[in-house]
Amino acid sequence: MAADEQYIFKPEAKKKISILFGIGILLFVLGVIMAMNSGGHHEGGDHGSIEVTKNLVASTNPDASPAEEGGHHGSPVWLKRIYTSLWHNNIFFIGIGIIGLFFVAIQYAAQAGWSTPINRIPLAMGQWIPVAGVLTLVIWFVAKGDLFHWTHHDLYDPQSADYDKILDQKSVYFFWLGSKGGFPTFYILRMVAFFGLWYWFFIMIKKQMLAEDIEGGTQYWYSARKLSAVFLVIFAVSSSVAAWDWVMSIDPHWFSTMFGWYVFASWWVTGLAVITLIVVYLKDAGYLKMVNANHLHDLGKFIFAFSIFWTYIWFSQFMLIYYANIPEETVYFIERMKHSPYSWIFYANLVLNFVLPFLLFMTRDSKRHMSMLKVVCPIIIVGHWFDFYNMVTPGIMQYNGGVGLLEIGLALIFFALFLWVALGALSKMPLVAKNHPMMEESLNHHI
Amino acid sequence: MSSTGEKFLVGIFDDEDILLHGVEGVRDKGVKIHEVYTPFPVHGLDEVLGYKRSRLPIAAFLFGLAGTILALTMQIWMLGFDWPMIIGGKNFVSLPPFIPVTFELTVLLSALGMVATFFIVSDMKPYKTPRSYDLRSTDDKHVMAIDLAANKLSKEEIGQILKANGASEVNEKNF
Repeated sequence: MAADEQYIFKPEAKKKISILFGIGILLFVLGVIMAMNSGGHHEGGDHGSIEVTKNLVASTNPDASPAEEGGHHGSPVWLKRIYTSLWHNNIFFIGIGIIGLFFVAIQYAAQAGWSTPINRIPLAMGQWIPVAGVLTLVIWFVAKGDLFHWTHHDLYDPQSADYDKILDQKSVYFFWLGSKGGFPTFYILRMVAFFGLWYWFFIMIKKQMLAEDIEGGTQYWYSARKLSAVFLVIFAVSSSVAAWDWVMSIDPHWFSTMFGWYVFASWWVTGLAVITLIVVYLKDAGYLKMVNANHLHDLGKFIFAFSIFWTYIWFSQFMLIYYANIPEETVYFIERMKHSPYSWIFYANLVLNFVLPFLLFMTRDSKRHMSMLKVVCPIIIVGHWFDFYNMVTPGIMQYNGGVGLLEIGLALIFFALFLWVALGALSKMPLVAKNHPMMEESLNHHI
Repeated sequence: MSSTGEKFLVGIFDDEDILLHGVEGVRDKGVKIHEVYTPFPVHGLDEVLGYKRSRLPIAAFLFGLAGTILALTMQIWMLGFDWPMIIGGKNFVSLPPFIPVTFELTVLLSALGMVATFFIVSDMKPYKTPRSYDLRSTDDKHVMAIDLAANKLSKEEIGQILKANGASEVNEKNF
């Protein structure tokens, strides 16, 4: 049977994460200074084409004259860029946290045995959910005016020059229970409810798993499975609605029926890559002795398969909009395909998240060797960070967006915080579920 | 059926654990095993027999690549050069609408190519009479066939090795 193991969050690891955090702060501050000195709008390039394409922005009202824009988006460009990057990183890391819980739930619902020795890592990642919930609410209330065009009340006032008929018709989705253009009660209720539900299921499932360690028996496994099944149903709906609320509503005129799946696919494959990376580094540090090449192979297959799944969703969304060629839908892709830096990210996205994982992870050996996993997992994590960048930034920053020290610094800050929370949670529970009814099966896992 | 003159020694094993140890023991003695037939998949058997991993995935990749190239050249030639048509105002050669067909042909050629490769490599063809070393291998016995021509040891010596390694009976089979 499995031996006891306990992860110790050593001072060296804490020091490394602190250094990562420090570098992040340094880059962020440098980035902010650079952004402040670059002085507002980009003046480079030919002005004419910008004026022409201004009407092709999915987030704003195509009928509004360009002069109106200044009145709406009050914050200076550098501050907007900080807000955008905060929201982008926050959305990206919410995904990694919630996918931790989702992975555990999938394992229980599918009665999977192979994953037993690694299940504590995704569970610990779920500890990010409450942190993400607080961050989301704080960032939302601080930056809503800059991030979400639909929050401006004069869009819903028929007397106003900014009156937007399309958004007025959609307003119930945001403002139900309250007045149009006021406090978005329905929207905020959903936000709080999703984080509340996710966190509640996280606590309940974790409780079953840890009680099993002490008391043994199969009843905890059965109750965890029941909770997981209910959570999966709730997550199926909430992840989709969250994707509309937090990402798609940045471009409120635009809509895609694939969007919920698209965000989920991106979250899911990133989460799998993070789980695998933590497993590989813990194994390097001498933990997880019962994890062998067969378990790594299964994780690798997961990443390989869902990289292709993400590409499938990406293509399904792109292809339909491309072929139908309806202006109100194609603006979304024209913004992202015709303008730097979004354009190169748009194509790099496919290379990083499909071509490279597909070719590098095709052979059996590549999925079984830690050295290869250490190459492909970071590629996927960085690739999907850019994927979310292109979902969030163009709608807010329009033609002033950029990827620089500011964005990279904030990503490192979030990454360090996430690792601190997840590894801290991991050190507070036994690393091995020694009384898990399927432990024996997993020890003999062979593919 | 005409005789090919091939002579085999056939060891019968009652249990898969005995079989697995038997295969190891027989191979340790330097006997080359022609093939082992079991009524159900025995986990780990291919490892003790020392089989290398199949190279079928490489064939699958190459057939898939052939499908991709075939699909793209076909569509680009047809819709771009041979009979250009305006569809939805798109360019004659526009990649996105070609992707679904490319995907399907990749999968199709990869799958068919794999099946064909497997059949050829395993020498499975129409009108071929399958050899049965012992009919009970489809019922409840594990059957180990040893080609006498491929081994230096005599029939009696191999028979003793088989018995010593757990075979419940040892028969001769000539084709």
